[in-house]
Amino acid sequence: MTKLRADLSIISDWIRPNSRVLDLGCGRGALLSHLKERHNITGYGLEIEVDKIADGIRAGVNVLHRDLDTGKLDFASNSFDFVIMAQTLQAIKQPDVLIDEMARIGKSGIITFPNFGYWENRLRLFFKGRMPLSNLLPYEWYNSPNIHLCTLRDFEKLCHEKHITITQRTVVDLSHQTRLLTKWFPNWFGQIALYQFTKA
Amino acid sequence: MPIPDDSVGLVESQTLHFDQPLTLACGKTIPKWDITYETYGELNADHSNAVLICHALSGDHHAAGYHNEDDKKPGWWENAIGPGKPIDTNQFFVVALNNIGHCKGSTGPASINPETGKMYGPDFPIVTVTDWVKTQRLFSDKLEIQTWAAIIGGSLGGMQVMQWAIDYPNDLKHAIIIAAAPKLSAQNIGFNEVSRQAILSDPDFHEGHYIEKGTVPKRGLMLARMLGHITYLSDDAMRKKFGRELRSGKINYGFDVEFQVESYLRYQGTSFVDRFDANTYLLMTKALDYFDPAQAFDGDLVKAFKQIKAQCFVVSFTSDWRFAPERSQEIVHALVEADKVVSYAEIEAHQGHDAFLLPLPDYMNLFYAYMSRVAKDIPA
Repeated sequence: MTKLRADLSIISDWIRPNSRVLDLGCGRGALLSHLKERHNITGYGLEIEVDKIADGIRAGVNVLHRDLDTGKLDFASNSFDFVIMAQTLQAIKQPDVLIDEMARIGKSGIITFPNFGYWENRLRLFFKGRMPLSNLLPYEWYNSPNIHLCTLRDFEKLCHEKHITITQRTVVDLSHQTRLLTKWFPNWFGQIALYQFTKA
Repeated sequence: MPIPDDSVGLVESQTLHFDQPLTLACGKTIPKWDITYETYGELNADHSNAVLICHALSGDHHAAGYHNEDDKKPGWWENAIGPGKPIDTNQFFVVALNNIGHCKGSTGPASINPETGKMYGPDFPIVTVTDWVKTQRLFSDKLEIQTWAAIIGGSLGGMQVMQWAIDYPNDLKHAIIIAAAPKLSAQNIGFNEVSRQAILSDPDFHEGHYIEKGTVPKRGLMLARMLGHITYLSDDAMRKKFGRELRSGKINYGFDVEFQVESYLRYQGTSFVDRFDANTYLLMTKALDYFDPAQAFDGDLVKAFKQIKAQCFVVSFTSDWRFAPERSQEIVHALVEADKVVSYAEIEAHQGHDAFLLPLPDYMNLFYAYMSRVAKDIPA
């Protein structure tokens, strides 16, 4: 089995075998082909870039060409066991609409995103007065695809307002370890947030 | 001009005879029929590497290669079929056939009706996509191909692929449906009706008996083709190709050819007359109009697609307005609802419906990718 990006391997632990899975922004299909191999899942990945679609197809993944920025998705309610969106939320035009869609289509939704509340981001803004730059957020403010960054608190508040129940949360640092500090002060020390939620 | 290395090279057409009567969807029967076809590449020992190509309205069995060294043009899908091309003849045994009702070798309106000893002409029964798929299945038996590694087609060809996957779910592993639609729109049928009227109202048509009368309904067929051509290109493609360019550089205030686009359409129309049959054109447009695989399943496309076992790949082109990407998305949507294995790509292209025949880099990249998956499913 090929080595999986660390946040994806945590997601993989959350998926039940034989599930029907939808992966929003599936890239070259790494997660889905892994889930197929490990958990015998079925389902589809949505992707907008043609060369990534081609690679996904080569990897044996079912890829559907879709633009996630159109808001609504044409899938039936509760038609997937899991709807996953890994490290894509921050680049979406209407993330709130897409979260609603994930909760509608999936029995369970899984989202991962970079935590903007991470202490380094806060310090850079506080002391330097500049927008944060890091391994996770490597872009300048003017060319960043990340147009909707949020903190753990922001995300949880939005879910609360939408009556979406968070069923699982894992917060890790860049080495994808959960250290004591990230456990005690996740919104300060967590770099990547992984949430599982449902609208039951 | 020497034949390029990545061509299948010189090819010959063959014909298979079928003596069993064929009852068609319209209720009529033809007693005997022929299918003309070509093959490229080698069939493997267990006959598992065969790929069937379904042609569109004006296509035929000559999909790749050259009939002789002086041919100006190769087969219609030379861009996709050949050694090292997406439909790689080093890996696959590629079969392309001419559908019945057509005019390129298989039994059609210009064939002799054995019951009357006369040419069928306008009495050749209306054929449907379902009929074609049925004949293609019988044809596969003669070639001793039980399961196709893939069946591939664009436009009306893509419709045959869908019908195959529904009617004979066990007999194909992959269905590749390009620039197609689950059924025609009122606008599509409208265009077809205008082209039919162009032919039917031509005084040289003689109610379909033009060959006996020694005439050809040239004007009608030409008009039909000119109209068709406008629908195959996009507004953008026509603007890029012709703009409002004038042939003589100035306006002449008359009805002769003035704009380049007029000259192009007339050329397309007249050259079509030399290679196509008017009765066949009428039949092809009817086959398109009648195509609706959902009909046999209470009008429910999802229910129709529930039959499918093949893995599907659907492709559309952004500027295609004959069968726009939305039409392909209808197919994809129904396949997803039916919980089928499907991938979909929408290729950015300005060439309109005709794009499906062109070697566009994104399109070819995806085609290679998908065909590598088809190849993987062939038992070693």
